[in-house]
Amino acid sequence: MRKLDLLFAILLMLCIWQALVLITGAPHFILPSPWRVAKSAYFNRVLIGENALVTITEILLGLLLGTLFGVATALQLTLSKTAERLMLPILVFTQAVPVFALAPLLTLWFGYGMGSKVVMAVLIIYFPVTSAFHDGLTRIDRGYLDLAKTMGGRQLQILRHIRIPAALPALGSGLKLAAVYAPIGAVIGEWVGASKGLGYLMLLANGRVKTDLMFACLITLACLTVILHSLVGMLAKRLSNYAEGVER
Amino acid sequence: MSPSPEIMFKGCFFIENKQLFDASFVMPAGQWTCLLGPSGVGKSTILRLLLGLKTGGHFKGEISTSDGQSIAGQISYMAQSDLLLPWLSVVENLMVGASLRGDTHDEERAMMLLDRVGLSDHGHKKPAALSGGMRQRAALARTLMEDRPIVLLDEPFSALDAGTRADMQELSAELLTGKTVLLVTHDPAEASRVADQILVMNKTGMVVWPAPELPAIRAVDAPETLLCQSKLLAHLRALAA
Repeated sequence: MRKLDLLFAILLMLCIWQALVLITGAPHFILPSPWRVAKSAYFNRVLIGENALVTITEILLGLLLGTLFGVATALQLTLSKTAERLMLPILVFTQAVPVFALAPLLTLWFGYGMGSKVVMAVLIIYFPVTSAFHDGLTRIDRGYLDLAKTMGGRQLQILRHIRIPAALPALGSGLKLAAVYAPIGAVIGEWVGASKGLGYLMLLANGRVKTDLMFACLITLACLTVILHSLVGMLAKRLSNYAEGVER
Repeated sequence: MSPSPEIMFKGCFFIENKQLFDASFVMPAGQWTCLLGPSGVGKSTILRLLLGLKTGGHFKGEISTSDGQSIAGQISYMAQSDLLLPWLSVVENLMVGASLRGDTHDEERAMMLLDRVGLSDHGHKKPAALSGGMRQRAALARTLMEDRPIVLLDEPFSALDAGTRADMQELSAELLTGKTVLLVTHDPAEASRVADQILVMNKTGMVVWPAPELPAIRAVDAPETLLCQSKLLAHLRALAA
Protein backbone atom coordinates (compact mmCIF):
# COMPACT_ATOMS: atom_id res chain seq x y z
CA MET A 1 0.00 0.00 0.00
CA ARG A 2 2.83 2.41 0.86
CA LYS A 3 4.57 1.61 -2.44
CA LEU A 4 1.34 2.39 -4.29
CA ASP A 5 1.03 5.66 -2.36
CA LEU A 6 4.58 6.60 -3.35
CA LEU A 7 3.92 5.77 -7.00
CA PHE A 8 0.74 7.82 -6.92
CA ALA A 9 2.57 10.79 -5.32
CA ILE A 10 5.28 10.68 -8.01
CA LEU A 11 2.70 10.51 -10.77
CA LEU A 12 0.78 13.41 -9.26
CA MET A 13 3.95 15.50 -9.05
CA LEU A 14 4.81 14.77 -12.68
CA CYS A 15 1.26 15.73 -13.72
CA ILE A 16 1.47 19.04 -11.84
CA TRP A 17 4.89 19.71 -13.34
CA GLN A 18 3.67 18.96 -16.89
CA ALA A 19 0.55 21.08 -16.30
CA LEU A 20 2.73 24.01 -15.19
CA VAL A 21 4.82 23.69 -18.36
CA LEU A 22 1.67 23.72 -20.52
CA ILE A 23 -0.15 26.50 -18.63
CA THR A 24 2.77 28.90 -18.33
CA GLY A 25 4.14 28.15 -21.79
CA ALA A 26 7.63 28.70 -20.35
CA PRO A 27 10.50 27.97 -22.76
CA HIS A 28 12.40 24.71 -22.11
CA PHE A 29 15.54 26.55 -20.90
CA ILE A 30 13.41 28.09 -18.10
CA LEU A 31 11.19 25.14 -17.21
CA PRO A 32 11.81 21.91 -19.10
CA SER A 33 9.07 19.30 -19.30
CA PRO A 34 9.41 16.01 -17.37
CA TRP A 35 9.85 14.17 -20.65
CA ARG A 36 12.69 16.47 -21.72
CA VAL A 37 14.40 15.99 -18.34
CA ALA A 38 14.00 12.22 -18.63
CA LYS A 39 15.58 12.28 -22.10
CA SER A 40 18.45 14.43 -20.83
CA ALA A 41 18.96 12.08 -17.88
CA TYR A 42 19.10 9.10 -20.24
CA PHE A 43 21.52 10.64 -22.75
CA ASN A 44 23.76 11.97 -19.96
CA ARG A 45 23.51 8.92 -17.75
CA VAL A 46 27.24 8.21 -17.81
CA LEU A 47 28.13 11.82 -17.03
CA ILE A 48 25.56 12.02 -14.23
CA GLY A 49 26.63 8.61 -12.90
CA GLU A 50 30.31 9.56 -12.74
CA ASN A 51 29.58 12.81 -10.96
CA ALA A 52 27.00 11.22 -8.67
CA LEU A 53 29.63 8.69 -7.61
CA VAL A 54 31.94 11.50 -6.52
CA THR A 55 29.14 13.20 -4.55
CA ILE A 56 28.08 9.89 -2.94
CA THR A 57 31.68 9.25 -1.87
CA GLU A 58 31.90 12.73 -0.35
CA ILE A 59 28.58 12.27 1.46
CA LEU A 60 29.45 8.82 2.83
CA LEU A 61 32.92 9.86 3.96
CA GLY A 62 31.47 13.00 5.57
CA LEU A 63 28.76 10.95 7.26
CA LEU A 64 31.24 8.40 8.56
CA LEU A 65 33.81 10.90 9.83
CA GLY A 66 31.17 13.31 11.19
CA THR A 67 29.51 10.46 13.07
CA LEU A 68 32.84 9.24 14.47
CA PHE A 69 33.82 12.73 15.65
CA GLY A 70 30.31 13.40 16.99
CA VAL A 71 30.17 10.11 18.92
CA ALA A 72 33.68 10.60 20.32
CA THR A 73 32.85 14.15 21.45
CA ALA A 74 29.57 13.08 23.08
CA LEU A 75 31.36 10.30 24.98
CA GLN A 76 34.07 12.71 26.13
CA LEU A 77 31.45 15.25 27.27
CA THR A 78 29.66 12.53 29.25
CA LEU A 79 32.80 11.17 30.90
CA SER A 80 34.29 14.49 31.93
CA LYS A 81 32.34 17.24 33.66
CA THR A 82 35.22 19.62 32.94
CA ALA A 83 35.05 18.83 29.23
CA GLU A 84 31.29 19.34 29.32
CA ARG A 85 31.66 22.69 31.07
CA LEU A 86 34.36 23.92 28.69
CA MET A 87 33.26 22.43 25.39
CA LEU A 88 29.47 22.79 25.39
CA PRO A 89 29.51 26.61 25.13
CA ILE A 90 32.13 26.36 22.35
CA LEU A 91 29.99 23.84 20.49
CA VAL A 92 26.94 26.07 20.77
CA PHE A 93 29.00 29.08 19.63
CA THR A 94 30.22 27.23 16.53
CA GLN A 95 26.59 26.75 15.56
CA ALA A 96 26.17 30.53 15.46
CA VAL A 97 28.65 30.59 12.52
CA PRO A 98 26.80 29.64 9.31
CA VAL A 99 28.68 26.63 7.99
CA PHE A 100 27.88 27.63 4.38
CA ALA A 101 29.85 30.83 4.88
CA LEU A 102 32.90 28.69 5.63
CA ALA A 103 32.75 26.90 2.27
CA PRO A 104 35.10 29.33 0.41
CA LEU A 105 37.56 29.14 3.28
CA LEU A 106 37.46 25.33 3.29
CA THR A 107 38.12 25.30 -0.47
CA LEU A 108 41.08 27.59 0.13
CA TRP A 109 42.44 25.34 2.86
CA PHE A 110 41.65 21.88 1.49
CA GLY A 111 41.68 22.56 -2.26
CA TYR A 112 39.24 21.86 -5.09
CA GLY A 113 39.30 18.11 -4.54
CA MET A 114 37.13 15.89 -2.40
CA GLY A 115 38.72 16.97 0.91
CA SER A 116 36.96 20.34 1.23
CA LYS A 117 33.54 18.77 0.48
CA VAL A 118 34.06 15.99 3.01
CA VAL A 119 35.08 18.55 5.65
CA MET A 120 32.00 20.62 4.79
CA ALA A 121 29.75 17.56 5.27
CA VAL A 122 31.56 16.68 8.50
CA LEU A 123 31.08 20.19 9.88
CA ILE A 124 27.40 20.29 9.01
CA ILE A 125 26.55 16.97 10.69
CA TYR A 126 28.97 17.10 13.61
CA PHE A 127 26.73 19.15 15.90
CA PRO A 128 23.44 17.27 15.34
CA VAL A 129 25.16 13.92 15.97
CA THR A 130 27.06 15.18 19.02
CA SER A 131 24.03 16.90 20.49
CA ALA A 132 21.61 14.00 19.95
CA PHE A 133 23.99 11.34 21.29
CA HIS A 134 25.04 13.46 24.27
CA ASP A 135 21.38 14.01 25.15
CA GLY A 136 20.80 10.27 25.00
CA LEU A 137 23.83 9.53 27.15
CA THR A 138 22.84 12.00 29.86
CA ARG A 139 19.02 11.85 29.87
CA ILE A 140 18.88 8.36 31.23
CA ASP A 141 16.52 6.86 33.82
CA ARG A 142 18.14 7.75 37.18
CA GLY A 143 17.02 4.38 38.52
CA TYR A 144 19.53 2.56 36.29
CA LEU A 145 22.36 4.78 37.48
CA ASP A 146 21.32 4.38 41.14
CA LEU A 147 21.25 0.61 40.70
CA ALA A 148 24.66 0.66 39.01
CA LYS A 149 26.07 2.72 41.87
CA THR A 150 24.74 0.35 44.54
CA MET A 151 26.31 -2.52 42.57
CA GLY A 152 29.70 -0.79 42.73
CA GLY A 153 29.76 -0.10 38.97
CA ARG A 154 32.73 1.70 37.43
CA GLN A 155 32.18 4.79 35.32
CA LEU A 156 33.57 3.30 32.09
CA GLN A 157 31.62 0.07 32.55
CA ILE A 158 28.42 2.03 33.27
CA LEU A 159 29.04 3.97 30.06
CA ARG A 160 29.57 0.75 28.11
CA HIS A 161 26.80 -1.39 29.57
CA ILE A 162 24.10 1.18 30.39
CA ARG A 163 24.56 4.66 28.96
CA ILE A 164 25.61 3.77 25.41
CA PRO A 165 22.91 1.12 24.76
CA ALA A 166 20.27 3.41 26.28
CA ALA A 167 21.43 6.30 24.05
CA LEU A 168 21.29 4.35 20.76
CA PRO A 169 17.77 5.58 19.81
CA ALA A 170 18.93 9.18 20.30
CA LEU A 171 22.02 8.47 18.17
CA GLY A 172 19.67 7.05 15.52
CA SER A 173 17.70 10.32 15.49
CA GLY A 174 20.94 12.29 15.11
CA LEU A 175 22.03 10.06 12.23
CA LYS A 176 18.71 10.54 10.44
CA LEU A 177 19.23 14.31 10.59
CA ALA A 178 22.82 13.85 9.45
CA ALA A 179 21.68 11.81 6.43
CA VAL A 180 19.66 14.81 5.25
CA TYR A 181 22.31 17.44 6.04
CA ALA A 182 25.37 15.65 4.64
CA PRO A 183 24.30 15.90 0.94
CA ILE A 184 23.58 19.62 1.43
CA GLY A 185 27.09 20.13 2.81
CA ALA A 186 28.75 18.19 -0.01
CA VAL A 187 26.82 19.96 -2.79
CA ILE A 188 27.40 23.43 -1.35
CA GLY A 189 31.10 22.59 -1.17
CA GLU A 190 30.95 21.62 -4.85
CA TRP A 191 29.19 24.86 -5.75
CA VAL A 192 31.95 26.94 -4.23
CA GLY A 193 34.76 25.18 -6.07
CA ALA A 194 35.04 21.74 -7.62
CA SER A 195 35.87 19.93 -10.81
CA LYS A 196 33.61 16.93 -10.19
CA GLY A 197 30.35 16.07 -8.45
CA LEU A 198 26.63 16.70 -8.95
CA GLY A 199 26.89 20.24 -7.55
CA TYR A 200 29.65 21.02 -10.06
CA LEU A 201 27.61 19.50 -12.92
CA MET A 202 24.58 21.54 -11.90
CA LEU A 203 26.59 24.78 -12.07
CA LEU A 204 28.07 23.73 -15.41
CA ALA A 205 24.64 22.90 -16.84
CA ASN A 206 23.24 26.15 -15.53
CA GLY A 207 26.03 28.16 -17.16
CA ARG A 208 25.32 26.48 -20.52
CA VAL A 209 21.55 26.92 -20.15
CA LYS A 210 21.10 23.14 -20.10
CA THR A 211 18.26 23.41 -17.61
CA ASP A 212 17.05 19.89 -18.40
CA LEU A 213 20.44 18.46 -17.33
CA MET A 214 20.33 20.62 -14.22
CA PHE A 215 16.92 19.19 -13.35
CA ALA A 216 18.21 15.67 -14.00
CA CYS A 217 21.09 16.31 -11.56
CA LEU A 218 18.69 17.74 -8.97
CA ILE A 219 16.38 14.74 -9.20
CA THR A 220 19.37 12.37 -8.96
CA LEU A 221 20.56 14.19 -5.84
CA ALA A 222 17.06 14.10 -4.30
CA CYS A 223 16.81 10.35 -5.02
CA LEU A 224 20.23 9.75 -3.45
CA THR A 225 19.21 11.70 -0.34
CA VAL A 226 15.93 9.78 -0.03
CA ILE A 227 17.73 6.42 -0.41
CA LEU A 228 20.38 7.45 2.14
CA HIS A 229 17.71 8.68 4.56
CA SER A 230 15.77 5.42 4.19
CA LEU A 231 18.88 3.31 4.80
CA VAL A 232 19.88 5.36 7.84
CA GLY A 233 16.24 5.24 8.99
CA MET A 234 16.41 1.43 8.88
CA LEU A 235 19.63 1.51 10.90
CA ALA A 236 18.02 3.92 13.41
CA LYS A 237 15.05 1.55 13.73
CA ARG A 238 17.40 -1.36 14.44
CA LEU A 239 19.23 0.68 17.08
CA SER A 240 15.92 1.62 18.66
CA ASN A 241 14.66 -1.97 18.62
CA TYR A 242 17.89 -3.16 20.22
CA ALA A 243 17.65 -0.57 23.02
CA GLU A 244 14.01 -1.47 23.68
CA GLY A 245 14.73 -5.19 23.62
CA VAL A 246 12.31 -5.74 20.74
CA GLU A 247 13.25 -8.93 18.94
CA ARG A 248 12.57 -9.07 15.21
CA MET B 1 28.37 -13.94 52.09
CA SER B 2 29.22 -12.45 55.49
CA PRO B 3 26.62 -12.70 58.31
CA SER B 4 23.97 -10.01 58.08
CA PRO B 5 24.70 -7.11 60.42
CA GLU B 6 22.39 -4.95 62.48
CA ILE B 7 22.05 -1.39 61.17
CA MET B 8 21.77 1.69 63.37
CA PHE B 9 20.37 4.89 61.88
CA LYS B 10 20.28 8.16 63.80
CA GLY B 11 20.16 11.66 62.45
CA CYS B 12 18.30 14.62 60.98
CA PHE B 13 17.77 15.48 57.35
CA PHE B 14 17.55 19.04 56.08
CA ILE B 15 16.45 20.53 52.79
CA GLU B 16 17.61 24.16 52.47
CA ASN B 17 18.06 24.39 56.26
CA LYS B 18 14.51 23.17 56.88
CA GLN B 19 14.37 19.91 58.80
CA LEU B 20 12.49 17.17 56.95
CA PHE B 21 12.83 14.53 59.66
CA ASP B 22 14.65 13.51 62.80
CA ALA B 23 14.79 9.72 62.91
CA SER B 24 16.42 7.05 65.00
CA PHE B 25 15.94 3.33 64.51
CA VAL B 26 17.66 -0.04 64.50
CA MET B 27 17.24 -2.68 61.81
CA PRO B 28 17.77 -6.02 63.61
CA ALA B 29 20.27 -8.40 62.03
CA GLY B 30 18.78 -10.99 59.68
CA GLN B 31 15.23 -9.64 60.04
CA TRP B 32 12.68 -7.76 57.94
CA THR B 33 11.95 -4.17 58.93
CA CYS B 34 9.01 -2.50 57.20
CA LEU B 35 8.91 1.28 56.95
CA LEU B 36 5.52 2.92 56.43
CA GLY B 37 4.20 6.47 56.57
CA PRO B 38 2.42 9.17 54.58
CA SER B 39 3.94 10.35 51.31
CA GLY B 40 6.60 13.03 51.67
CA VAL B 41 7.75 12.24 55.22
CA GLY B 42 11.13 11.00 53.98
CA LYS B 43 10.89 7.20 53.67
CA SER B 44 12.60 7.12 50.30
CA THR B 45 15.19 9.60 51.55
CA ILE B 46 16.13 7.21 54.36
CA LEU B 47 16.48 4.47 51.80
CA ARG B 48 18.68 6.65 49.57
CA LEU B 49 20.82 7.64 52.57
CA LEU B 50 21.35 3.97 53.41
CA LEU B 51 22.24 3.29 49.78
CA GLY B 52 24.69 6.19 49.71
CA LEU B 53 22.84 7.91 46.86
CA LYS B 54 22.29 11.64 46.25
CA THR B 55 19.32 13.06 48.12
CA GLY B 56 19.07 16.76 47.32
CA GLY B 57 19.48 17.69 50.99
CA HIS B 58 21.86 17.48 53.91
CA PHE B 59 22.05 14.63 56.42
CA LYS B 60 23.46 15.24 59.87
CA GLY B 61 23.86 12.02 61.79
CA GLU B 62 25.29 8.54 61.63
CA ILE B 63 24.55 5.26 59.90
CA SER B 64 26.51 2.35 61.34
CA THR B 65 26.54 -1.44 61.35
CA SER B 66 27.06 -3.93 64.16
CA ASP B 67 30.08 -5.45 62.39
CA GLY B 68 31.76 -2.05 62.23
CA GLN B 69 32.17 -2.26 58.47
CA SER B 70 31.03 0.38 56.01
CA ILE B 71 27.50 -0.15 54.81
CA ALA B 72 28.59 0.56 51.23
CA GLY B 73 29.33 -2.64 49.40
CA GLN B 74 27.11 -4.68 51.74
CA ILE B 75 23.80 -3.56 50.25
CA SER B 76 21.73 -4.67 47.32
CA TYR B 77 18.67 -2.82 46.17
CA MET B 78 15.36 -3.56 44.51
CA ALA B 79 13.09 -0.74 43.35
CA GLN B 80 9.42 -0.36 42.45
CA SER B 81 10.44 -0.43 38.80
CA ASP B 82 12.25 -3.68 37.99
CA LEU B 83 15.13 -1.74 36.35
CA LEU B 84 15.90 -4.64 34.04
CA LEU B 85 17.99 -3.42 31.10
CA PRO B 86 15.76 -3.97 28.05
CA TRP B 87 18.61 -4.78 25.64
CA LEU B 88 19.98 -7.63 27.78
CA SER B 89 18.48 -11.08 28.19
CA VAL B 90 17.13 -12.03 31.61
CA VAL B 91 20.22 -14.06 32.49
CA GLU B 92 22.50 -11.22 31.33
CA ASN B 93 20.49 -8.87 33.54
CA LEU B 94 21.26 -11.10 36.51
CA MET B 95 24.96 -10.80 35.75
CA VAL B 96 24.91 -7.06 35.12
CA GLY B 97 26.50 -6.28 38.50
CA ALA B 98 29.58 -8.32 37.52
CA SER B 99 29.67 -6.56 34.14
CA LEU B 100 29.52 -3.14 35.79
CA ARG B 101 32.33 -4.00 38.20
CA GLY B 102 34.42 -5.65 35.47
CA ASP B 103 34.21 -9.04 37.25
CA THR B 104 33.87 -12.42 35.59
CA HIS B 105 30.36 -13.77 35.01
CA ASP B 106 28.97 -16.72 36.91
CA GLU B 107 26.32 -17.94 34.48
CA GLU B 108 25.83 -21.22 36.31
CA ARG B 109 24.81 -19.39 39.49
CA ALA B 110 22.57 -17.02 37.51
CA MET B 111 20.75 -19.99 35.97
CA MET B 112 20.43 -21.61 39.41
CA LEU B 113 18.86 -18.43 40.81
CA LEU B 114 16.52 -18.14 37.84
CA ASP B 115 15.44 -21.66 38.60
CA ARG B 116 14.76 -20.69 42.23
CA VAL B 117 12.45 -17.86 41.12
CA GLY B 118 10.77 -20.12 38.56
CA LEU B 119 12.20 -18.48 35.45
CA SER B 120 14.60 -21.16 34.24
CA ASP B 121 12.80 -21.39 30.90
CA HIS B 122 12.97 -17.64 30.32
CA GLY B 123 16.68 -16.90 30.86
CA HIS B 124 17.42 -16.06 27.25
CA LYS B 125 14.33 -13.92 26.69
CA LYS B 126 14.41 -10.14 26.74
CA PRO B 127 12.54 -8.45 29.65
CA ALA B 128 9.96 -7.08 27.19
CA ALA B 129 8.78 -10.65 26.65
CA LEU B 130 7.96 -11.16 30.36
CA SER B 131 4.89 -10.24 32.41
CA GLY B 132 5.11 -7.72 35.27
CA GLY B 133 5.28 -10.46 37.89
CA MET B 134 7.96 -12.36 35.99
CA ARG B 135 10.02 -9.20 35.62
CA GLN B 136 9.88 -8.57 39.38
CA ARG B 137 10.94 -12.17 39.99
CA ALA B 138 13.88 -11.59 37.66
CA ALA B 139 14.71 -8.40 39.59
CA LEU B 140 14.58 -10.40 42.83
CA ALA B 141 16.95 -12.96 41.33
CA ARG B 142 19.30 -10.13 40.31
CA THR B 143 19.19 -8.85 43.92
CA LEU B 144 20.07 -12.35 45.17
CA MET B 145 22.82 -12.64 42.56
CA GLU B 146 24.61 -9.74 44.26
CA ASP B 147 24.70 -11.88 47.42
CA ARG B 148 24.85 -8.94 49.86
CA PRO B 149 23.90 -9.30 53.54
CA ILE B 150 21.67 -6.19 53.53
CA VAL B 151 18.75 -5.78 51.12
CA LEU B 152 16.73 -2.60 50.64
CA LEU B 153 13.37 -2.90 48.93
CA ASP B 154 11.56 0.23 47.73
CA GLU B 155 7.91 -0.73 47.18
CA PRO B 156 8.98 -3.55 44.87
CA PHE B 157 5.57 -5.21 44.65
CA SER B 158 3.28 -2.17 44.56
CA ALA B 159 2.68 -2.30 40.80
CA LEU B 160 1.68 -5.97 40.82
CA ASP B 161 -1.82 -7.42 40.97
CA ALA B 162 -2.95 -8.71 44.37
CA GLY B 163 -2.34 -12.40 43.68
CA THR B 164 1.12 -11.91 42.16
CA ARG B 165 2.01 -9.54 45.00
CA ALA B 166 1.16 -12.17 47.62
CA ASP B 167 3.23 -14.74 45.69
CA MET B 168 6.16 -12.35 45.47
CA GLN B 169 5.99 -11.59 49.22
CA GLU B 170 6.23 -15.29 49.97
CA LEU B 171 9.04 -15.89 47.50
CA SER B 172 11.03 -12.90 48.77
CA ALA B 173 10.56 -13.92 52.42
CA GLU B 174 11.85 -17.39 51.57
CA LEU B 175 14.81 -16.29 49.44
CA LEU B 176 15.91 -13.39 51.62
CA THR B 177 15.90 -15.42 54.83
CA GLY B 178 18.82 -14.46 57.06
CA LYS B 179 19.43 -11.09 55.41
CA THR B 180 18.83 -7.73 57.05
CA VAL B 181 15.97 -6.32 54.99
CA LEU B 182 14.34 -2.89 54.90
CA LEU B 183 11.07 -2.80 52.97
CA VAL B 184 9.58 0.63 52.25
CA THR B 185 5.89 0.14 51.57
CA HIS B 186 2.54 1.93 51.58
CA ASP B 187 0.64 -1.29 52.13
CA PRO B 188 -0.32 -2.19 55.75
CA ALA B 189 -1.32 -5.69 54.59
CA GLU B 190 2.15 -6.28 53.18
CA ALA B 191 3.86 -5.03 56.34
CA SER B 192 1.58 -7.18 58.52
CA ARG B 193 2.54 -10.28 56.55
CA VAL B 194 6.30 -9.97 56.14
CA ALA B 195 7.63 -7.68 58.90
CA ASP B 196 9.58 -8.74 61.96
CA GLN B 197 9.59 -5.08 62.90
CA ILE B 198 7.24 -2.31 61.72
CA LEU B 199 8.30 1.33 61.76
CA VAL B 200 5.79 4.11 61.14
CA MET B 201 7.24 7.44 60.14
CA ASN B 202 5.45 10.77 60.47
CA LYS B 203 6.35 14.44 60.51
CA THR B 204 7.36 14.40 64.17
CA GLY B 205 9.45 11.24 64.17
CA MET B 206 9.30 7.49 64.01
CA VAL B 207 7.44 4.94 66.15
CA VAL B 208 7.85 1.19 66.39
CA TRP B 209 4.50 -0.42 65.65
CA PRO B 210 3.85 -3.82 67.25
CA ALA B 211 4.18 -6.56 64.64
CA PRO B 212 2.01 -9.68 64.95
CA GLU B 213 3.48 -12.27 67.30
CA LEU B 214 3.27 -15.02 64.66
CA PRO B 215 6.58 -15.54 62.89
CA ALA B 216 6.83 -14.05 59.37
CA ILE B 217 5.75 -14.77 56.75
CA ARG B 218 2.17 -14.90 57.96
CA ALA B 219 -0.93 -16.19 56.23
CA VAL B 220 -2.97 -13.48 54.53
CA ASP B 221 -6.08 -14.52 56.48
CA ALA B 222 -4.47 -15.18 59.88
CA PRO B 223 -6.43 -13.24 62.56
CA GLU B 224 -3.20 -11.67 63.87
CA THR B 225 -2.28 -10.46 60.38
CA LEU B 226 -5.73 -9.02 59.77
CA LEU B 227 -5.86 -7.32 63.17
CA CYS B 228 -2.43 -5.73 62.72
CA GLN B 229 -3.38 -4.66 59.20
CA SER B 230 -6.63 -2.98 60.26
CA LYS B 231 -5.04 -1.16 63.21
CA LEU B 232 -2.10 -0.05 61.11
CA LEU B 233 -4.43 1.19 58.37
CA ALA B 234 -6.47 3.19 60.90
CA HIS B 235 -3.26 4.71 62.29
CA LEU B 236 -1.98 5.66 58.82
CA ARG B 237 -5.36 7.22 57.95
CA ALA B 238 -5.27 9.23 61.16
CA LEU B 239 -1.76 10.43 60.30
CA ALA B 240 -2.84 11.48 56.83
CA ALA B 241 -5.93 13.32 58.08
